[in-house]
Amino acid sequence: MNQIVFERRQFLKAGGALVVGFAMSPSLALSAAQTYPLRDVAAENVDSFLAIAQNGDVTLYCGKVDIGTGARAAYRQIVAEELDVDVGRIAMIEGDTALCPDQGGTGGSTGIVQGGMQIRQAAATARQTLAAMAAKTLNAMPADLTVTGGVVRAKDGRTVSYADLVGGKRLEVKLDRAAKPKDPDSYKVVNQPVKRPDLPAKMTGRHTYVHDFRVPKMLHARVVRPYAIGASVASLDESSIANIPGARVVRIKDFVAVVAEREWNAVRAAKALRVTWTGGGGLPGSERVYDAMRATEIARDESLVKNGDSEAALRAQSARRFQASYQWPAQSHASMGPSCAVADYRPDGLTVWSSSQGTHGLRRNLARDLGIPVETVRVVYMDGSGSYGTNGSDDVAADAVLISRAVDRPVRVQWMREDEHGFDPKGPPQLLDLSAALDAQGNIAAWETAAYLPENTPNLRSRPMLAFLAAGIPQPTGQSVAQVQGNAYPSYELPNMTATVHWLKTTPLRPSNLRAPGKPGNTFAVESFIDELAVAAGRDPLEFRLAHLKDALGTSLLKRVAERMDWKPRPTPNRERGDAVMTGRGISYLWYKHMDNRMAMGIEVTVERATGKVRVTRVVAAVECGQMINPDAVRNQVEGNIVQTVSRTLHEEVVFDQSGVTSVDWRSYPILTFPEAPVLEIDLVGSPRDKPLGAGEAASAPVPAAIANAVFDATGVRIRRVPLTPARVLAALQGGRADIGIRGERGV
Amino acid sequence: MPSVTLRVNGRAQALDVDDPQMPLLYALRDQMELHGPKFGCGLGQCGACTVIVDGVAVRSCQTPVSGLAGKDIQTLEGLGSPGAPHKVQAAFIEEQAAQCGYCTNGMIMTAAALLAKNPHPSEAEVRTVLAGNLCRCGTHVRILRAVMRAANA
Repeated sequence: MNQIVFERRQFLKAGGALVVGFAMSPSLALSAAQTYPLRDVAAENVDSFLAIAQNGDVTLYCGKVDIGTGARAAYRQIVAEELDVDVGRIAMIEGDTALCPDQGGTGGSTGIVQGGMQIRQAAATARQTLAAMAAKTLNAMPADLTVTGGVVRAKDGRTVSYADLVGGKRLEVKLDRAAKPKDPDSYKVVNQPVKRPDLPAKMTGRHTYVHDFRVPKMLHARVVRPYAIGASVASLDESSIANIPGARVVRIKDFVAVVAEREWNAVRAAKALRVTWTGGGGLPGSERVYDAMRATEIARDESLVKNGDSEAALRAQSARRFQASYQWPAQSHASMGPSCAVADYRPDGLTVWSSSQGTHGLRRNLARDLGIPVETVRVVYMDGSGSYGTNGSDDVAADAVLISRAVDRPVRVQWMREDEHGFDPKGPPQLLDLSAALDAQGNIAAWETAAYLPENTPNLRSRPMLAFLAAGIPQPTGQSVAQVQGNAYPSYELPNMTATVHWLKTTPLRPSNLRAPGKPGNTFAVESFIDELAVAAGRDPLEFRLAHLKDALGTSLLKRVAERMDWKPRPTPNRERGDAVMTGRGISYLWYKHMDNRMAMGIEVTVERATGKVRVTRVVAAVECGQMINPDAVRNQVEGNIVQTVSRTLHEEVVFDQSGVTSVDWRSYPILTFPEAPVLEIDLVGSPRDKPLGAGEAASAPVPAAIANAVFDATGVRIRRVPLTPARVLAALQGGRADIGIRGERGV
Repeated sequence: MPSVTLRVNGRAQALDVDDPQMPLLYALRDQMELHGPKFGCGLGQCGACTVIVDGVAVRSCQTPVSGLAGKDIQTLEGLGSPGAPHKVQAAFIEEQAAQCGYCTNGMIMTAAALLAKNPHPSEAEVRTVLAGNLCRCGTHVRILRAVMRAANA
């Protein structure tokens, strides 16, 4: 089948406003009895990624999605560079399973590293093919051809355009691993801060987010969920919504929803519907979660590293031994826009509009769990609110599908705030026991990590969906948390080092990948403990780190941060820290996953003695980035990850009791506000000649320890449990427990 | 069915309303197809739904539709367009002051209302005025820079 040409300037009338049609073609999407894909999407074919229209415009079909990262600009830059086509002539369709190749889910800052490099290879292959065609047409040697703006020119001045060569037709070539991408020294478009194509529409209210998407005959729906997780319906009184125009109940076993023609009527019907629930809960409560983790059945132990003999070194006569435990709470993705999806379930096919970070995976899972042929399912990606991992986007799609199937109409579901905070899959709690020994010279002689982390259920293909759980629809059971064991030991070359993960069979709240899964929590523990050892050795924390670090780039990054901070060696805590408002500084260092980015970070804080309030005033970072396709987009991601993790460290903990989550709004689950935003001074280190590294999430990992170290410097009090809330810090300052709990808003 | 007339972005429109307590946000998004204001919390805690009513930035998720007769309501769409953006919108684009952009409506509308009254605020004043607008992507520093750029434009 021929490719479907999406004109770059094609404007679609949608939602009463003119919007650029990135990802929609309602006429296509709504055609009945269609099987998918609609074009060749085999990832080994160049045509799956790229189409050149008769007018020479290029369309990039991208399996990765831009969920607010700015990668949309970068993918175009990659194609523009390789093809020598103006970046403004490249349209892009993302994550539509009927049109785009499956490049795997978008996450872990791998969009450019994996997806982008695949696209670069596709574009380089296309370029090679087009050059050969042009050489034939112009009767010239491919090496003698130059390309500008999609027009190939021979030495004698004769030209032929891409449009002439292949416009509207397929290239019919496979991705060639040997096709040589451009020499980085010749880059004109890559490594430039090209502006994002979506912002003018987004900043003026013209962009269609999935939340804004409407289809004809669509109903609005809200899901009614119990407070106690996993509860069953005891009774349901449909007459309680009888006075709300058009509102009716959809119930499938314990899955309860309301639909209405108008959104507000669905909202108030969900509130008014009287449902009595029974059972459910059985949670340890956030106050006892770390005790519960120690009591949780261990599925297996995994050794992450074993250098030398840490056990013997810890027992050595001359050793000074230290031990500490660190606690990282369950956290929410806490997206600003509650998750939303539109689904149209028909007897002969299913279309879902979703901001899922993995549309192809969602498509397979929906088909499998609903028992329908995958060829009849299309998932169309649309921008959502930033999700930072798997938030409620996939769940809400399943909600919409079940309701649409029940009412035989297209259905839009948007979660309410308490749904998102209460039911998005959570970044799981982490517990790390650390031991170390210092030798007579005050160097680290031994290190041991014992980490308690929830396991990834072996061979689990998807996270269980809330709607299917409630509706009793069979699906694979288990949990999926991503690679949460990363950076559970120091990024220094220590002589005797052991790190073990006790993989826990279960975790209280349904888990998923949340921004830099596990790494901020693990690094909080590891780099806080490094500071504790430096203090015990009576050494400056920077000098102590440099003494244990052999990596040349890492060393230079730490020194760069120290220089910017005008770091003068002195003992910590800060003897001139002040009284009512105490000031301190802290640093941390890591090599992300021990294979990606190296980075150093310094943080300055103030702590109010009377209130315990911590404020991060300044963040200085030096981050290894490799090749940056779009340096401004990289900077935006690094900034965002840092600020978000300041928020996670100071404020964020999912609070739950024995029944369910009680921190279900922004008051009980606060995030960083504008008055608290720190000054950022960020050095991005990399060259176009390097390979790209994940841009964003790595920068989140060093933040929590740098804050805790700075708070210790300011106060002399070591806080080993996140978040560093005012109450917790105040209690610690007053000599009490530093691990007191936080209250939720909703309770029984 | 009761009807209310809203004056939005300079145009009066009569709407039939099932519930006089319906928040303005639903009239704008669901009935008038204006998607600039976003649903964020429905609790007045995040600011994503902000619109300007008679020059004041208000939370449309907390404003009943029945109390707005005779008032001038402005949404993000009415503030400016891609071709002719308001200076605050232009500054946000220039500074690339967004990641997902979902909450940005709130910052732009709040800043536009501020600058209309106080054209040259200090950064400290801007931070205070934006204290009730939440951003999850961590774009705060760029947003502050964008508002200061607009203030100095």
